[in-house]
Amino acid sequence: MRAFTYQRATSPREAAAAVAGKRGAMFLGGGTNLLDLMKLEIEVPTHLVDVQDIGLDAIEETDEGGLRIGALVSNTALAADARVRRDYAVLSRAIVAGASGQLRNKATTAGNLLQRTRCPYFYDPNMPCNKRKPGTGCAAIEGYSRQLAVIGTSDKCIATYPGDMAVALRVLDAEVETIKADGATRSIPIADFHRLPGDAPERDNVLEPGELITGVVLPGPIGGTHVYRKVRDRRSYAFALVSVAAVIQDDGTGRVAFGGVAPKPWRDEAAEAALPQGAKAVVSRAFAKARPSEHNKFKITLAERTLAAVIAKARS
Amino acid sequence: MDDTRGLGLSRRGMLAASAATATVAAGTTPAGVLAAPARVPVPGKVPVRFSVNGKSAELSLDTRTTLLDALREHLALTGTKKGCDHGQCGACTVIVNGTRINSCLSLAVQHMGDEVTTIEGLGTPEDLHPMQAAFVKHDGYQCGYCTPGQICSAVSVLKEIEEGIPSHVTDDLEGEMRPTNMEMRERMSGNICRCGAYSNIAEAMAEVAGAEA
Ligand SMILES: Cc1cc2nc3c(=O)[nH]c(=O)nc-3n(C[C@H](O)[C@H](O)[C@H](O)COP(=O)(O)OP(=O)(O)OC[C@H]3O[C@@H](n4cnc5c(N)ncnc54)[C@H](O)[C@@H]3O)c2cc1C
Ligand code: SF4
Repeated sequence: MRAFTYQRATSPREAAAAVAGKRGAMFLGGGTNLLDLMKLEIEVPTHLVDVQDIGLDAIEETDEGGLRIGALVSNTALAADARVRRDYAVLSRAIVAGASGQLRNKATTAGNLLQRTRCPYFYDPNMPCNKRKPGTGCAAIEGYSRQLAVIGTSDKCIATYPGDMAVALRVLDAEVETIKADGATRSIPIADFHRLPGDAPERDNVLEPGELITGVVLPGPIGGTHVYRKVRDRRSYAFALVSVAAVIQDDGTGRVAFGGVAPKPWRDEAAEAALPQGAKAVVSRAFAKARPSEHNKFKITLAERTLAAVIAKARS
Repeated sequence: MDDTRGLGLSRRGMLAASAATATVAAGTTPAGVLAAPARVPVPGKVPVRFSVNGKSAELSLDTRTTLLDALREHLALTGTKKGCDHGQCGACTVIVNGTRINSCLSLAVQHMGDEVTTIEGLGTPEDLHPMQAAFVKHDGYQCGYCTPGQICSAVSVLKEIEEGIPSHVTDDLEGEMRPTNMEMRERMSGNICRCGAYSNIAEAMAEVAGAEA
């Protein structure tokens, strides 16, 4: 790990200013992703601004009947919140499908959203990787791409967004709230939050340097049956090969987003309109533009089968 | 070292920087090697104070020191084990302010004022914690390396079930959480045991859960 200096901010704005004002500075949430990457010198911050004392650790009801989840709320606390379990079960389910109990206790809502890819070449500093080191090339495209993305990729990067929580947030139409050093705030729809790689795979999301996530807002509950189904190489404590987050209404309509298949949670509203016609109808539309590799084309079949299982479960 | 004096670097800063760049230094020019340290801050030591097993600990640590290394290397509490050092195996599990975490993925400086409980604080050889006694009785280990982490996790798992925190295998998110075998296995998945003592660990946990219920 490279040397760094450490500071604890006491307010969101102070934290944003501290990171914006210093080249090489980064926010530190729970640290469960950042410290892992720092040990491998994939992330090399020169200054860490710890945000644990800035407040933002509560889940509050909004005037619109939804919930505002503070950026510092732990994954465990969010999954266990009685209102979330009752009205946004897909979110609880997605969170507890990820990582381990120990990690979820430490991980924060903001940090979870911002976790970086698990592309094996990104994790291996000896390999070329445009996301880790822009311009070096992509070892995965010609390499072993079984875990990697089938859609939304570019010829610079085919990595997936690896998280589970954000897939559920995508079907719930959540918004990410932020503050910048000058105090300006904005609200970013989750659909626009994570970026496709295009020519700049090093940028995972649309946050500006020093922009702090303050919270995530859920609109009012939408009812329906909430399901999160994750398929992985072992039954627990592994990242998704494919996951499906869905909220399905009694008439068979609903919302669906896929994880493990793209650089961001993958939801296609036009494809989703075909839910009453079944999984094949949805997946053939949602993945019409897919560019899978020989190693990962199974993910499209798996997405269809997983969605079929989800629909069956919602009906039962 | 002479060349670096002009850059205003302390020897300590240079050592840290050259250790950090050692992997790339071989192929770089001397100028490149010298350019890198200028951007690296001198790793100062920072005061860190927290309580471990009820006793206050005051340390002066490099910011990079993990909670795990603080416990093992600076406080000689070697019960907590270093396995993968990347949050994947759970051997480093300790209980902080009542919840279990991976001490390898946490900096010591993040824990100012916290209350840390390690395996040494759960019980003593003369006065075992019920979970420690159950692990002994049910042979919940073979080599024992993962055991401190398993026990810290197991104690916390039963508490998490009591507190109504759901897991991946919880059928009814709003119903009562119960310490079933499936629940305990899922909730313990962050603790890997290479000897495969899992079924005995689950039995030890079931006994403690039954005794408490
Ligand atoms: C072994 C292992 C298995 C895992 N398995 C899964 C899994 O199956 N599914 C899954 O979804 N996840 C999984 N994870 C990832 C885990 O969910 C993340 O590590 C965690 O959610 C990150 O949260 P954190 O608070 O610790 O983030 P940190 O590590 O503190 O931060 C992550 C990033 O967010 C930035 N950041 C933090 N807070 C803010 C803020 N408020 N505003 C702006 N930027 C901020 C940091 O600068 C950093 O870049 C796994 C992790 C490990 C180690
Ligand atoms: S897929 Fe993306 S993250 Fe993986 S090696 Fe290529 S550029 Fe890097």
